[in-house]
Amino acid sequence: MTIAALAFYAFGITVVASGLLVVLARNPVHSVLWLILAFISSAGLFVLLGAEFVAMLLVIVYVGAVAVLFLFVVMMLDIDFAALKAEMAKYVPLAALIALILMMQMALAYGAWTTSEVADRLRGAPAPAPAEMHNTRALGMIIYDRYLYLFQAAGLILLVAMIGAIVLTLRHRTNIKRQDVLAQIYRDPATAMELKDVKPGQGLG
Amino acid sequence: MVGLEHYLTVAAALFVIGIFGIFLNRKNVIVILMSIELVLLAVNINLVAFSAHLGDLVGQVFTMFILTVAAAEAAIGLAILVCFFRNRGSIDVEDVNVMKG
Repeated sequence: MTIAALAFYAFGITVVASGLLVVLARNPVHSVLWLILAFISSAGLFVLLGAEFVAMLLVIVYVGAVAVLFLFVVMMLDIDFAALKAEMAKYVPLAALIALILMMQMALAYGAWTTSEVADRLRGAPAPAPAEMHNTRALGMIIYDRYLYLFQAAGLILLVAMIGAIVLTLRHRTNIKRQDVLAQIYRDPATAMELKDVKPGQGLG
Repeated sequence: MVGLEHYLTVAAALFVIGIFGIFLNRKNVIVILMSIELVLLAVNINLVAFSAHLGDLVGQVFTMFILTVAAAEAAIGLAILVCFFRNRGSIDVEDVNVMKG
């Protein structure tokens, strides 16, 4: 067994086992931590496949952003997770049945599947040899050339998601004092100040 | 020799685990969102495995787009979850019946 095969089995088993533990863990914080492990080991699988850029993207986007977001929400919400897990046993038969059917369907599809003879000729963007051009550069060449509009659309999706998330979670509380910038700008001495003619010995009544 | 089939098996196992998790954690939307992330990860493994097998970079480009959409989906999903928890005080899927649809 070569080093690459050994690494594949290590990463593959880790991905599947930690995926299973994401689903089965009692504590959602543990679920998030197992999710991080699953993403890191699948990044390892991607490196073995020669897709280094996507692997690093997976680590940065998922481990750096999405998993932290999940962790933040899990810890922010005050939920009794033990009560939620208590009813899990009720759903095991249905879930196991569906998983079994899905697995059998995949096995059927797998048995009937062959690679087309002309698959090589139908390639959209043949990958250059690693010695000639490394993965990141080759990806950049086609993303910023042929897939430029799709790439911009992906950026737009992220912008919409960001604005949407902010709008959804922004909360305007009514009973606190806020700075009203417009009122401060339009404040002028004529209305803000008043001259009183105070008579001696009487004061302001 | 590790071939395409090995990667497809890992991806299929991960996909089935994700679907299993959606049905198993009916009470907990956070774990359902994590299961969806697992399903999308399985799809990404498939795309990258075929990309490496056929020597076609388009698979990796589409993996990036799936990654983008998955990140956006997680952000929006968690924002809706926080909003829902503020209004109802629970994250049970069966409580999501405000619209009486």
